[in-house]
This record gives sequence, structure tokens and C-alpha cells, in this order.
Amino acid sequence: MHRLSWLRLGFLLSAPMAWLLVAYLGALAVLLVSAFWTTDVFTGNVIHQITTANFHQLLTSDLYRTVTIRSVLVAAAVTAICAVVAFPMAFYMAKVASPTMRRFLVVAVLTPLWASYLVKVYAWRAMFSGNGVINWALEPFGLNGPGFGLTATVIVLAYLWLPFMILPIYAGLERLPDSLLEASGDLGAGAGRTTRSVVLPLVFPSVVAGSIFTFSLSLGDYIAVQIVGGKSQLIGNLIYGSLLTANNLPLAGALATVPIVIMVIYLLGVRRTGALDQL
Amino acid sequence: MNSRRLLVLATAAVLVLTACGSDSGTKDKNGAAATQGFTAPKLTALDKLGTPEGEVNIVAWAGYVEDGSSDKNVDWVTPFEQATGCKVNVKVGTTSDEMVSLIKTGQYDVVSASGDASLRLIAAGDVEPVNTALVPNYADVFEGLKKQPWNSVKGVEYGVPHGRGANLLMYRTDKVKPAPDSWGAVFDASSPYKGHITAYDSPIYIADAALYLMKTKPELKIKNPYALDEAQFTAAVDLLKTQNANVGEYWGDYLKEIQAFKNADTVIGTSWQIIVNLAKAEKAPVEAVLPKEGATGWSDTWMVATKSKHKTCAYKWLDHIISPKANAQVAEWFGEAPSNAKSCNETADKAHCDTFHADDEAYFDQVWYWTTPIEQCLDGRTKVKCKNYSEWTTAWQEIKG
Amino acid sequence: MRLSRPSRLALAAFMLLGLAVIYVPLGVVLISSFSPEKTFGWPPSGFTLSWWGKAWDNEGARAALATSVKAALGATAVALVLGTMASFAVARYRFFGREAVSILLVLPIALPGIVTGIALSSAIQTTLRPLGIDFGLFTVIIGHSTFCIVVVYNNVLARLRRVGGSLEEASMDLGAGVLQTFRFVTFPAVRSALLAGGLLAFALSFDEIIVTTFTAGPGVQTLPIWIYQNLARPNQAPIVNVVAALLIVLSVIPVWLAQRLSADTSGGRL
Repeated sequence: MHRLSWLRLGFLLSAPMAWLLVAYLGALAVLLVSAFWTTDVFTGNVIHQITTANFHQLLTSDLYRTVTIRSVLVAAAVTAICAVVAFPMAFYMAKVASPTMRRFLVVAVLTPLWASYLVKVYAWRAMFSGNGVINWALEPFGLNGPGFGLTATVIVLAYLWLPFMILPIYAGLERLPDSLLEASGDLGAGAGRTTRSVVLPLVFPSVVAGSIFTFSLSLGDYIAVQIVGGKSQLIGNLIYGSLLTANNLPLAGALATVPIVIMVIYLLGVRRTGALDQL
Repeated sequence: MNSRRLLVLATAAVLVLTACGSDSGTKDKNGAAATQGFTAPKLTALDKLGTPEGEVNIVAWAGYVEDGSSDKNVDWVTPFEQATGCKVNVKVGTTSDEMVSLIKTGQYDVVSASGDASLRLIAAGDVEPVNTALVPNYADVFEGLKKQPWNSVKGVEYGVPHGRGANLLMYRTDKVKPAPDSWGAVFDASSPYKGHITAYDSPIYIADAALYLMKTKPELKIKNPYALDEAQFTAAVDLLKTQNANVGEYWGDYLKEIQAFKNADTVIGTSWQIIVNLAKAEKAPVEAVLPKEGATGWSDTWMVATKSKHKTCAYKWLDHIISPKANAQVAEWFGEAPSNAKSCNETADKAHCDTFHADDEAYFDQVWYWTTPIEQCLDGRTKVKCKNYSEWTTAWQEIKG
Repeated sequence: MRLSRPSRLALAAFMLLGLAVIYVPLGVVLISSFSPEKTFGWPPSGFTLSWWGKAWDNEGARAALATSVKAALGATAVALVLGTMASFAVARYRFFGREAVSILLVLPIALPGIVTGIALSSAIQTTLRPLGIDFGLFTVIIGHSTFCIVVVYNNVLARLRRVGGSLEEASMDLGAGVLQTFRFVTFPAVRSALLAGGLLAFALSFDEIIVTTFTAGPGVQTLPIWIYQNLARPNQAPIVNVVAALLIVLSVIPVWLAQRLSADTSGGRL
């Protein structure tokens, strides 16, 4: 086994790495190179001449700065909401529910992943609409729903990605030995103290693992915001708009570097928390 | 390669210099672009039809290619498929910009291009000239639509006309009182419908603002809403930025607009006749009007993509869609004026052609067809530079904020 | 830690509330599929089974479903093979750049779909089309497998780490070859991880819209694309509702089965 181990390792790694390096990284590289080109103003054809005009526009224009900050805030809000909602649910599933109940709950949480993303978002659109469920439910209290806008977008995105946060936290909590919790109780800590000092630090990498999904999925999403976001724009819409409206692949490529850079920084940052092992 | 590029540029320069002297004034208002500013790449039209290839991939406006799935009585695709054996795959484009980029992918054969897409496609070489001898029904098309600046270059036809119409102001009759007759209803900064206004989600909408300013702020001296110099453009963009505060949603997808009007999330905004008809069928209390300032509109052309692999089927589609019966069906379903003169006898509603002013050139003089803005001002001014479409696009993203 | 009864009740209530919020929109979809209206008004004005009948006959929906299943099976197959290979490499060997491999595998799912979509789309246009490979089911599978790999990888990796290499070494010491060891020792141990990972990969691919829009050609309609196009056509929107409602109801089956068959109750890693 050890004699040929390097050969075997090479074999094992070759196919997946080839696939990813060539298909994926290669494609990304092509996109990033095209960010340095421009398009002809009238015909929309790409001019293969290196220029930093796109990046210059990216850095100097107020619009891109505003939209990027808005997108990051939306993604952060979604992540926070998901974490806060998912944690008690995952805790119940992992530590309080009986084993049969546990299986049932996992199925209940996983099933919505199969329901179509688009249909879910349109259902929320119907719910947020002027004569939709939310307004209908709030009417007796004299309140009005948020209607279409960033609030609705955050709520819908948090709804969509919730299972992606519940699963890693649940997996993390499951791995947490009950004996640790009992020991903490025996040493005199109440439930709150145990949660704060024992559970949270140990489960934190799982939360971060879940956050990778919720953050990145929210950062790049352009469909949900078009459906429930009213007139709001996020960075995904700008990229999509540059590509389809302006027919400007180079500018879209330049804009695409923004979420790439943000996510790479995020990934490098979470590496230290060990979250990447908890995925 | 370099010397060829230089030759093309030189030719273009000569063309620009010679064309610059001409006065396009008000008569040729819709299309000075074709004779100024660019040379179409040298492409040849198909010279004869071959055997149908079995499929045709179409990029079209919603409602132009109906196969019975929207309404089982609305189907002009199935007869075509049965007659020619060409299976129709349609991709609905929500805006001209989307259509241009779809055609650029090279995966589609035919496109129903409005005037703001057609010239861009021609200039980029994405569509080729159409040999109208291979399209028998072309002979019956209204003369006023043939060889126009948006569908031909120097007498060479690049497509067959589909039909034309105007953008309308649609409103909820129960929420918007009194009935509006001016675009001012959507541009009013202190509108009572704040948060419930809609506008078309494309940079071309800037022309609508310019059209409004043309009539309400004559001091800006806007002669053509697609020919805007710095000051005029800034005025239009400012108007739209003010409007943005009152807009609830921008629309590109017509079901969203119908839904929004039905649920009263939107109560007033730009629309097409087909949307009005479908909303009324959904029992939404809406009406539409062509405001007193006039409106922007479109005159669509069916064009054949250069990279198409199914050109025979493409030509067969062109012939089918402008045939009297099919053209009448689509004109009635969509709510526009047909391009085939014989269609007027085929419409279910005999007054259709009159209602939509099919043969009324004077009416369409009030409608400013979508056209691509370019640097050489489309209204003939030579001393200033007008804003090109790329600047319109950037401004549009800033307007949406 | 012993939770007091009020705490347990509070947690249970929160769980119930959470599940309710998760299922309310799905309930809205289900109820709307019985409403005679074509646009999603609320409350629904009546009850009708006509949309269910129309959906049954709808050829477009059936074809789209078949395409989606094919694409998802293809992507899952690729992901299972490549993901397992990569996880074995990372779990059983020590080499320079091990961490980089993990990050590289996570990238497709960590970067926004639109970035992956545009990148793959322009890459396909510049490299594959000149070779004659056009946009189609194959390119869709390529696109999907880039992010499906990591799902299988994570599941198998976690399992391999838990199981440890000692069983395999023992097997080898007893004289079994590499393939025999894999068949009789390793595979049974990771089987349920493969199942969990494969199922999640299938689900991700099945419902993917953004990358698919950029990598599918005009003739390829996966179910999400069909839904996207038909939600925009008034007469078709209710049929889309029916299809979605059906998916929700039917998808319980594979998820439940996977849970029954798997020794690991964690529902799989993402």
C-alpha cells in the first residue's frame, strides 16, 4: 500500500482536480481575463485589448459601492437570522427529541429543499402582495406588511437557506457528547450558562460552516430580489444587467470579481475556525 | 486583419462625413441612424432554400410565438410545425437588450427585433440580410413598413416587418381617479400613487422621460427622444431619479405586471395592449390610454441570425408569421397593427386594423419607435454629441440605485 | 445539562413554529393549485381540480421533468465518482496542498451561481463549441457537477475520518488486495455517506436554476427552466403550482428512504 501510495494518491486526485482546475478555475480565469477587455459601444462586440477601464469604473462609481455594501448587509442579515432561528431548532432535534422524532424532523427539514426555489419565491411574492396572506393576517392588528422591498428580500432569502444552516448545526450538535453537557450541569451551571460556555464554542464551527452557504447564496442571488424586492438592486442584478442589458461581458466580469473577492476573504477567514471540516 | 479593419473604419469615416451634411429634420425622424455612423458588415443573404432542418430556435417577445399553451385557441405554431416539420423552440426575451445578447450567443436562428435591437444586430454582424424573394408573403406587407431605416441598410433588407404598436399608459380604474390622459401621472414627483407606480425595466425607458420633457419643457429643445445631448439627457435622468422614489417595481416580465395590477400592488404605469387584455380577462379593473404627449412604441422585424444552423426553417417561419392569417392572429392576440395588408380581412374583429391604425402613417408619426441612441444625433444635429446606448445603460443602473 | 420542563416546552414550541413557517408557503402553493384563478390571489376564490388534470396532460412539464432527472443523475454520478476519489485522497494521505484541495472543492458552491454560470458559459463558448460540443444536456451536467462534487466529498470525508484507516490496514495485513479491501471493508462503511451525499447532490442539481440558465442551450429545458418560463405565462402558472405541489409531496419518499437506510441520522453534510 505504501509503495505505490504516491501513485495511488495521484490517481485519486487527478480526475477531480483536473475537472475542477480545468473546467472551473479555467472558466473563472477566462472570465477574469475578459474583465480587462471592453466592448464596442454600438455593436456590443468584445474588443480584445487590455485596459483597466472596467475596474476603474468599478472603483470610482458610487453605484457599485452602494450596491456592494447593500448586498453584503443583506447577506449578513440573512446569515444572522438563519443562525438565530436554526440554532434552537437544531438543538431540539439533536438533544431533546427522541430518536424516532429525530428522523422525522430531519425529513421534515430536508423535504423543502426539493420544492422548487422559484415556486417558493413566487409563493412569498403572493404572500407579501397587497392582498396577500401577510397583510390579511396583520390587518386585525391595524398593521401593514412590509410589501416588496429589501425587508421582504431578507425574509425570503432567510427562509430559502434555513435548511442549509440547520443541517450543519444539527450535525455539529449531534457530535457533541451528552456527557459534556451533563458534566457542566454537575459542576453547577444552569442551562443558559452551559449553552453559552460549553455548547456555543464547540458548535461555533458548524454555525460558520452553515454561514458559508447562507452568505454566499444571498450575496449572489438576483432572482429572489427581482421577484420580491420591488425596485431594489443587488450586486447579482448588476452583474446580470451588465451581461444581458448592456451586453457587456467585460464589465460583468469585472463586477463578478467583487463577490469572488468577498467570498475568498470569507473562506480564508473561516479556515481558522475549522469550519471547513464541519461542512 | 488590421488592414481590413482600417478599410472598414475608413469607409465608415467617409460615410459619416458625407452623411453628416444631410438634414434629417422631422420627416425621417425615426431612422437617421442607418445612414449615419456605421457600415454594415458584408454578409450575403441566403440565395435559395434547402430542406427544412427539423427545428428552429426563436427569440421573441412574449405573445409573438404562441403554441396553444397560453390559450388553446391561440396557436399559430402547431400549423407551422405540421406544415414544415420544423419544431419551434421559443425563448421569450423581456427586453431588446436581452434579445441582442441571446442572439450573440449564436444559439438562435430567428429574432423579432424592435428598432433598438435591429441596428445593433446588423452592425455587429449578428444578423444577415434577408432575401425577400424567398419570402412570398413579403409582397403583401404595407409599403410604409418596407425598406425603413430600422430594418434596412442602403436598400438592403435585413428582415421582414412583423407589426407595430405603441406603449400605453395603463391604470386601475378604481384606484386612479380621475382617468389620466398624460404621462405626468407617472412622472409627478408628489404622486398620490407613491409606491404603486411601475415603469418598463430597460434603459430605453429614458426615451419616455425625454418624450414627456419634449412636450412639457420645450426650452430643452428635445426634437427626438433618442437624440439627447448632455443637458437634455441629464434632465431626463433627473426626472427618472425623481420617479424612482415613487416606483414600486419595474417590470420586464408581463405576468408580474398582470399580477401586480390585479393585486393593486401597481396601479399605474407603462404597458402593452396584450397586458391590458389579459388583465381584463383576469377580471382586473384596468384601462389603457395613449397619452396626449404621444408615446414611444416599436416596429418589429423578424431577422435571421448569421450563425443560424437552421436557415431554411428560419425563412419558412418568416413566411408563416407574416402570412395573412398568422399575422392577423398575432396582431389580435398581442394588440398591435399587423404588417400584412391582407391580415385586415382575417382578423376576428373587423375593426382591428382601424383601431390599431394599421395603415395610418400619420398616427405613427406620433409614436417614437424604439431606436438605438448613438453618438451622432438622430435628429440631425452635428454640432453636439448625443449620448450613446452604453451611457443610457449606465445611467439606467444609477437611476435604479 | 438537564433542561427544565419549561425550557423543553419552549424549545418544542419554537421547533413547531419554525416548521410551521417553513411549511406555510408550501401550503400556499398547494392551496393555490386548487384555486380557479390564474394569478395567486388570496384568499383563493374557489376549489377546482382542473389544473391537476391539465398538468397531467402537459407534455412540456413531463419532458422537463425527464430532462431534470437525467441531468441530476448525470451530475450525481460524476459527483459520486470524483467526490469519493478526492475524499479518499484527502482522508488517507498527507500531502502538500491538502487544505488547498478542500478550498478548491468548496469554491463552486461558495461563489455565487451567477459567477459560475457566466464563467462556464463563456468558457463553453470559447473552448467547447469550436470542438463541436454545443450547449445542451452535457454542458448542464458539467455545470451542475462542479458544485455537486463538494457535497459528496464532505459526506464521504466525514465518514472516512470517523471510521479511520485501521480497519483497512488490518484487511491489507490479512492479505486482501486494494480492490478487495475497498469492496468488503471500506465501501460498506461509507455506503450510507454516499447515499446521503448523492441524495443531496441530486436535490441541489434538480432544483438549480441560475447556473443552468447559463449552461443550457435553447433546446434543453430542465424543470426549473420550464417553471421559470411558465410562471411568466398566465395560463400556465397554475400548472406550475401543481407541479411544485406534486414535487413537494413526492420528495418526501426519497428523503425518508434515505433516512431509513442510513445509519447516520444527521441528514448528511452539505
